[in-house]
Amino acid sequence: MNQEILVLVEHLRGQVADITYILLAQARLVAQASGGKVCALLAGHGAEGLSRDLAADQVLYVDHVALQEFNGEAYTRLIAAVIAERSPRLVLLGDTSVGADIASGLSARLELPLISCCRTIKAEGSQLTFSSQICGGKLMAEGPIPAQTTLVTMLPGGFRVEQGRSAHPPAVTRMEAPGLDGLRITLKQYIEPKGEDVDIARQPLLVGVGRGIQRQDNLEVAQELADALGGVLCATRPVVDQNWLPTSRLVGKSGKSVKPQVYLALGISGAPEHAEAITGSEMIIAVNTDPTAPIFNVARYGTTHDLLDLAPALADKVRQAKGG
Amino acid sequence: MPERIDFWGIPQPWGPILVYSIVSLAAIVFLVRFYRQASLWWKVGRPERRWNHPLLRLWNLVKVSIAQLRILRQRYPGIMHLTLAWAYFVFFLGTALATINGHFFKFLEGSPYLIYKFVLDIFTIVFMVGAVMAAFRRFVKKPDRLTLSPRYTWSLIFIIAIVINGLLVESFRLAIQKPDWALWSPAGWALAQLWIVTGIPQVVLQGLHVAFYTIHFLSVSALFVILPASSLVHIVTGPLNAFFAELDRPTGRLAALPLNKQSEPIYASTLRGLTWKQLLDADTCTECGRCQDVCPSYNAGGEISPKLLVVKVRDALRRDGRAIAAGGPSPLLVGDGISEAMVWSCTTCGACDQECPVLIDHTGLAVDFRRYLVSEGKVETRLSETLANLSRYGNSFGQSERARPRWAQSLPVKVRDARKEAVEYLWFVGDYASYNPQVTDVTRQTAEIFQKAGLDFGILYEGERNSGNDVRRVGEEGLFEFLVEKNTAALGKCTFQKMITCDPHTYNTLRNEYPAEVMGGRPVQHSSELLQELAASGKIQLTKKLGYRVTYHDPCYLGRYNQVYAAPRELIEATGCTLVEMPRHGAQALCCNAGGGRIWMDEGSLRERSERPSESRVREAAALPGVEMLVVACPKDLVMFRDAVKTTGLEGKLVVKELAELVGESMA
Amino acid sequence: MKILVPVQFVPDLVEELVIDAGGDRLDPYSIRWKLNEFDEHAIEQAILLKEKYGGQVTVLAPDFEGVEDALYEAAAKGADRLVRMCADFYQGTNSHALARLFLSFVQQNKPDLVLAGVQAYSSLDGTVGCLLAGLLDWPYVGYVSCVKPGDQRVEVRKEYPGGLTAELEVQLPAVLGIQAAETPPRYVPISRVRQVMKTSKIEEFNGDLDLMGGLAPEHMFPPQVAARAAMLDGDVDQVADQLVAILREQGVL
Repeated sequence: MNQEILVLVEHLRGQVADITYILLAQARLVAQASGGKVCALLAGHGAEGLSRDLAADQVLYVDHVALQEFNGEAYTRLIAAVIAERSPRLVLLGDTSVGADIASGLSARLELPLISCCRTIKAEGSQLTFSSQICGGKLMAEGPIPAQTTLVTMLPGGFRVEQGRSAHPPAVTRMEAPGLDGLRITLKQYIEPKGEDVDIARQPLLVGVGRGIQRQDNLEVAQELADALGGVLCATRPVVDQNWLPTSRLVGKSGKSVKPQVYLALGISGAPEHAEAITGSEMIIAVNTDPTAPIFNVARYGTTHDLLDLAPALADKVRQAKGG
Repeated sequence: MPERIDFWGIPQPWGPILVYSIVSLAAIVFLVRFYRQASLWWKVGRPERRWNHPLLRLWNLVKVSIAQLRILRQRYPGIMHLTLAWAYFVFFLGTALATINGHFFKFLEGSPYLIYKFVLDIFTIVFMVGAVMAAFRRFVKKPDRLTLSPRYTWSLIFIIAIVINGLLVESFRLAIQKPDWALWSPAGWALAQLWIVTGIPQVVLQGLHVAFYTIHFLSVSALFVILPASSLVHIVTGPLNAFFAELDRPTGRLAALPLNKQSEPIYASTLRGLTWKQLLDADTCTECGRCQDVCPSYNAGGEISPKLLVVKVRDALRRDGRAIAAGGPSPLLVGDGISEAMVWSCTTCGACDQECPVLIDHTGLAVDFRRYLVSEGKVETRLSETLANLSRYGNSFGQSERARPRWAQSLPVKVRDARKEAVEYLWFVGDYASYNPQVTDVTRQTAEIFQKAGLDFGILYEGERNSGNDVRRVGEEGLFEFLVEKNTAALGKCTFQKMITCDPHTYNTLRNEYPAEVMGGRPVQHSSELLQELAASGKIQLTKKLGYRVTYHDPCYLGRYNQVYAAPRELIEATGCTLVEMPRHGAQALCCNAGGGRIWMDEGSLRERSERPSESRVREAAALPGVEMLVVACPKDLVMFRDAVKTTGLEGKLVVKELAELVGESMA
Repeated sequence: MKILVPVQFVPDLVEELVIDAGGDRLDPYSIRWKLNEFDEHAIEQAILLKEKYGGQVTVLAPDFEGVEDALYEAAAKGADRLVRMCADFYQGTNSHALARLFLSFVQQNKPDLVLAGVQAYSSLDGTVGCLLAGLLDWPYVGYVSCVKPGDQRVEVRKEYPGGLTAELEVQLPAVLGIQAAETPPRYVPISRVRQVMKTSKIEEFNGDLDLMGGLAPEHMFPPQVAARAAMLDGDVDQVADQLVAILREQGVL
């Protein structure tokens, strides 16, 4: 085993996912301390160009038609082969719909230890410690990473996307794909999310609503505030699941990640699935009656007033301020 | 000498023979047809015992169906209906007396006869007034709650026609007879002038008399024949329904879940799951719509109404009853005509049951349908989650049981633990008063008032569970029983003499539904009753006279269900406030729409021009001249109305306060 | 089609999480355990499949406090076989250990399809479904929100970020990580659960725990509120004023 940090590049429909850059940033940190190299594994078909801004020492590019779109079985075989060949110190994957589909399988097949929900990895020389966050953000677990190839699935929040981007394209090495016949998973088609109204990912000001909104018609209050501010309404999973807002407004792990200038979180507890999707915001302001809600750990400003009281008052004051 | 001559002017002997035979035949047809319809009630429906206390039942019948006290609650329709109904009572009585007079005992002669004629004629005039009122109402005013279908139009036309016809017959006779006592039949004599003045020959008049007499007895016979199928059948079913009304159970206690011979529950999935009385209810409905007018859900939503619920059952009975009685299949009721939304929209406020002139139990029907839906798991997500929370954590908020007594932690004097020491008053606090941050301040204030009064009280701390009132009304009997078990176990370990609660829902179920062995005859009081007692006996001193102009909202489960109207009002007066009543007060109070589990359900979309009941209520309060405060006696009302004040923009104009807050302020 | 739903228990976050004296794990005796929410969806999806296409549903649950209630509730929803997995869980457990126990059950009972919740928030070492698939060498697809059986295969919908979904075909036997059932988990009235308690039997399945592959943390603690939000003081109006000033400064007003 050497000190190489292997990072799986996650890409979907021609775009590299933000989590990849975060993984690269983490990998760089560890590599610097342990003297290893950061190696990004990019699998695809005619996708070499995606490697251009990866902050890696080396990019391993595997081209095969079966790898054109993400396929859990194909990726598992590929990574297993790469691990067998290169014996990296760590294998970093995103704790996402891509990474989580393969990490545990690899752990079972290759009998390698696995750490999930990891926020940060600290490196002191070759001594590595992990810090994971579990139980809805209410519990931290830390410990040493064993001295063997270890798989880690990571959550965003420890690094900014820019830290994993590079101005200079890294060196790309092509690698032969392992046998990819007889795959038992096949992609039939993608289904686009319905009726794109607003792209919340491009909005500079977002008003997010969570469980604390309680009833569908309290949304009016939030919408009014959003209108007064000139922003857009978005929501966490419980709200979207009830069909109070369309899925295009979902901010979270299975929804969109957003980076507005201001994110006003109303009645949102701040559980990791949502929190990780808003950490890119410049400023988060949280309104929640529960002072122990984890949202206050990511927000810059907070208040425990009831959103049903505060939102109308704030909307009024904003209108006054704008109207003169 | 004035006397009634039987069959005057009618050719003998065929006349009477024809009249008696045809009318009797019509009566028999009526009885047969009515029996065929009525027998469906017990052939299709489940058995139920309703024969006890016959004299009390008869008295109810007199109050509800003869004196028609409920109908009189609304002036115009009340007068209108009483004139029409009483006129017919009198006419029917008149005919009966005439028959007795003709065949058994002659008494309609001299003064008795004159009075008899006078009364009949006066009631003809009275009827005409009612007829004009009815026609104006049905064809010109057209209030929303009426069903304006041809069926009802024809009924009205028919009964008016019969009376006009009768008057005509009398007028022709009087025009011929020209008796000295003609003025004792003022209406008939007035009409008779028309024939006299126009100089119609005797012979023609005689012919007209016989003709219209014939039409008269034929149309009355026709009335008998069509009665079972017409809307006028309520003449029979109304009194029957009043007679068989529920006497044993207080309104605050729901009927037990019925079990079949294998001890399995019977659900109201089809008509067979309803009792014969419920089917009679359905057949009795006259579609008057008074229930709909007072229903908070209808006035906020639209197609969902108690009237519609009952009418749909009636339609199902008419359509499938015969086939089911013959052993055919029973189609499902909910899902066919009765939507699930309709069933869930009921707040169980009881306003409909209270208004109904024929004593239909709409609420019981809705709860029975809910029991069925719950048994099938057809429960919407939000309610399903709340029920799961109630089952797992014993409260509807999904918070730990350990958090229940947290409201009391900040009190300077610790509230006693009734599980550990004997107390005189056991205070069953309730979910909303314990967990909802909008209410806990008031709960603390209440505790401090009790402490200042030197009351010997304690609470169950973590041992308390939701009392189950609304769980039962949502139709989850199993969960209700489970909660009762848990609370019973906790109560069983305590020593106390009386129970108090500030939550009317809790009050209702503890008082009316918890097993007698558990309550042990110990009284349950609402905090308003207790506070009023304490103020009256001087244990708390309401020294500061507040001088606010306030109005008071009667909670459904305190007022309408348990008749506690006076104590809160006396308490308000005792604090030195002036009480101004809202138009809909007391038993007519408008439900805030939180009950029956509605506060646990998705509100659904509102019709554009309609408003929430809670908003309508705060507007009603704010409209009272000089009134600045709405006083409530229920934690859910507090939450609902404070929210409504915000959403209607009445902040600054109307303040919502709980009784305890008022008392606390007055004690300062 | 034989469907197996192996479930997990997670700490109920409504209560406070108690860390045991050693400071390196949660105290299982002080924790209130509840069925993993995603596993509830997996049960629901399995029952939906059984109702639409026939088959048999087995629910396999580790022996934690409340396991019987959870199994009976599953039976009341329509599960056919209830199995309680007995092992010394309270001594320590992880996803790898659970996966291995589930593996031996699968090897003995040979289901066609395994539906597991896509994740459990208390897991530090991966997802049980994916681990199980790896041990079995069966295909695995996670974040599944729709399942339709075909001939020796299933068609599934997999959720990606941004609301994008993919339709995939997976050959059986397979393991699926369920994110959401097609309809929310149904409600079963307590009376039905009580009824089912009288007629259903819970089988027992014994096994040994093998914790290899999962990491034992050195210590567990509630997150330190390092960069905590500056809480704004005052009544509603005052806070609103402060927010207007903040928003102005930020340049959005």
